[in-house]
Order: sequence, then C-alpha cells, then structure tokens
Amino acid sequence: MNTSVMIAALPELLGAVLLTLKLVALALLVGVVLALPTALARLSHILALRWAATAYVFFFRGTPLLVQIFLIYYGLSQFDAVRTSIAWVVLKEPFWCALIALALNTGAYTAEVFRGGILSVPHNQIEAARAIGMSPVTAFRRVIWPQAIRQALPAYGNEIILMVKASSLASTVTLMDITGVARTLASDTYMPIEIYTTAALIYLCLTYAMAQVIHLFERRMDVTRVRT
Amino acid sequence: MTVQLSVASALLGLVLGLLGATMKLSRFWLLRLLAGIYTAVIRGVPELIVILFLYYGGVILLNNLARSLGYTSYIDVSGFTAGVAALSLTFGAYATEIFRGAIAAVPDNQIEAARAIGMTQVTIFRRILLPQVWRFALPGLGNIFLVIIKETALVSVIGLDELMRKTDIAVGYTKEPFTFYLFAAFIYMAITTVTMLVQRELERRANRGVAGRVAA
Repeated sequence: MNTSVMIAALPELLGAVLLTLKLVALALLVGVVLALPTALARLSHILALRWAATAYVFFFRGTPLLVQIFLIYYGLSQFDAVRTSIAWVVLKEPFWCALIALALNTGAYTAEVFRGGILSVPHNQIEAARAIGMSPVTAFRRVIWPQAIRQALPAYGNEIILMVKASSLASTVTLMDITGVARTLASDTYMPIEIYTTAALIYLCLTYAMAQVIHLFERRMDVTRVRT
Repeated sequence: MTVQLSVASALLGLVLGLLGATMKLSRFWLLRLLAGIYTAVIRGVPELIVILFLYYGGVILLNNLARSLGYTSYIDVSGFTAGVAALSLTFGAYATEIFRGAIAAVPDNQIEAARAIGMTQVTIFRRILLPQVWRFALPGLGNIFLVIIKETALVSVIGLDELMRKTDIAVGYTKEPFTFYLFAAFIYMAITTVTMLVQRELERRANRGVAGRVAA
C-alpha cells in the first residue's frame, strides 16, 4: 500500500465530494416532493390514482438504478421529438439525467416509507379527529402526519444513506463525482488499490456523519424518550 | 448469467451472514470487532466502489500474495469471480444484521429449557434456533436478495456478459437505446416479481402453525 499516492489523490477526491453531495441533496429534496403525493395516491379511494402510483413505485423499485439512469440519459435521445424540444437543454446534460433518475428512484422508495408511516397511525385516532370536527386536511396535518413522520424516520434515514451510495452510479454517465474521479485516477496512476481505498474511506466518513445526524434527529423527535 | 450471479452471491452471502452474526454475538471481543468493521465498511461504501476495487485491485493483491508464497505464474481474476465476491460480501454484511436480529428474537428461556432437558449445543442450534431464526429472517433476506438482483447490473461496468452488458451491446448495434433499456428493465422486473412470489410462498411455509401470523 503506497500511502503517498493516497495522500496525493485526496485533494482531487475531496473536490468531488461537493458534486456527490449536490446530487444527493437535490435528489432527496425532489424525491420527498414526489413521495408524499405518491404515498397518498397509493392510499387513495380513487382506483386510477392508486393504480398510477402503484405502477410508478413498482417500476422504480423493481428495476436496477443503472437501467433507469441509462434509460433517461441514453434512451431518451432515441426520439427526435425529445431532441428537438426545449427539454433537450436539460436532458443532454449528464448531471440532470442522473439527478432525474436518482430523484424518481428515491421518490418511489420514500413513498413506501411514508405509506408505512401513515398506515401505522391507529385508525381510531383519525375517527376521533373527524368526530370532533376536524376536516380531513386538518386531521392529516395535525394528527396523522406528525406521527407518521416519526414512525418513518428510521427507514427514511436508511434511504438517505442508500442515496449517498447510489449516487456513485452517476459516474457511469461520465459525471465526475467521487467514484468518477476515483475511476479516472485509478486508470491514470494504475494504482487501483490505493485510489479505491481512499474513495471508500471518504464514502465511509460521509455515510457515518449522516447516520449520526439522523440519529440526532430521531432522538429529538422521540417524545417518549426513555433514557437508558 | 444474471440469475447465476445473484444465486451464487446469495448462497455465499448466507454463509458469510451466518458467520458474521455468530461473530457479532460471540464472547470474544476481537471477533465482535472484526465483524463490526466488516458490516460497517460494506454498508457504508457504494457497491460500485467495492466491485471496482475487487476487480482491479483484487488481481494485484492476489498476485502479490501468490508471489510471496512462491507461486510465479500470473493469476487472472474473472469478472464473474470479482462480481460474485463483491455481491456476496454485500449480501453477507446485510445478512449478518438480519441474522443477528433473528437470533436475538428467539426467547432466551427456550434455550434454557432446551439445555435443561439435556440437549447439546449443536442440537439446540439445529432444533430450536435455526427453524425459528429462518422464520424471523426470511422477510429481511428476501429484501436483500431483491437488492442483489438489481445490483448485478453494476457488474456490467467491469465487462461481465450479464443482462445489462448484453443490453449495452444490443444498443450499440441497433442505436435504439430506449427500446432495449426498457426491455431490460422489464426483464429485471419479471425476475424480481417471480422472486417476490417465491418469497411469499416460503414465508407462508415457514409460518405454518404459528397463530396470528398471516403472511402479508
């Protein structure tokens, strides 16, 4: 193991952390925005809504992320209609394609997390809220959602960590995130062990730090906090 | 190839997972520490990095090792070997946590009772622990198997001829990326759907005779 190579590679790899974090943060943000309506649609009484949401979740959870990224980045360029439209400004950029794929993917998984959280709220609470005259919207906002989010947080924490790891796939569409830079450096220096170990350590730090932050949040949200 | 890769990784990963779980529950702190490092590293590092490391780095490591043992000819690591190694390490790390939880879920007093009626350690493990651990661990194991099926696509990056790589070739030939990637997506969906059905059936069987537990 050549440590001087590892240290020399560090600045370049750390420079790529920003892109990785940007991808993850934006994808998670869009993902949550997609997930809430999807979760509600899956629990809806309207058949068409339920169907559409189920199909979306099923597709994105049933296929590899790599296929999804390639489908959007390489796939969409097959259609002349896409290439001549305004959307092409966005869709020809690997960054936006990777972001769209990651966001749609995490949206599907997060929807399931939210659905589980919402279902965990006892039904009699909802009946009680309706009985004292809350509108469905108020009941959702004041009774269901605060409890659902608390239930969903541990699972959502896992999803955040998985997103950090999933963002490494952006390197397959030429993006220079941590993995992308590592692959270039590894083939330049011909020292894959040192380079990939350094990259792995950076990812470990990232995921560890995030796990700590999530843990802190969980403790703050826990109303029945029992000290052990 | 995709199915072979998933099944081989899952089988090896199960062994690793059982081993990891026993290490984590061991009385020796060194074993616990080793298992802890293993699961923490694998679960914190992207699978793509693990695959690239094992494929490009594994050759160098293995040859250095062979040379120091006096073995001179060059050893080649195939994409399949590197892929199975990376995926089974991943499967093993997640399976470790699942088995640990499942073993902990078996009530202590059952083990005490078994010992009281004179069962040996091995019999206890085989007759009391394993059947129940299997039942508790199945849902979790099914989930990671689904994850592994999808991660086999990553092995195409190192050029193994699995479903994704074949699709890449078809795309290069026909210049119709959308059609073929979508087709590949549907094949993956078919594989995962079949797996889910098998998982449901296995869970139903494992839960037979257990009151109040209806397979979801």
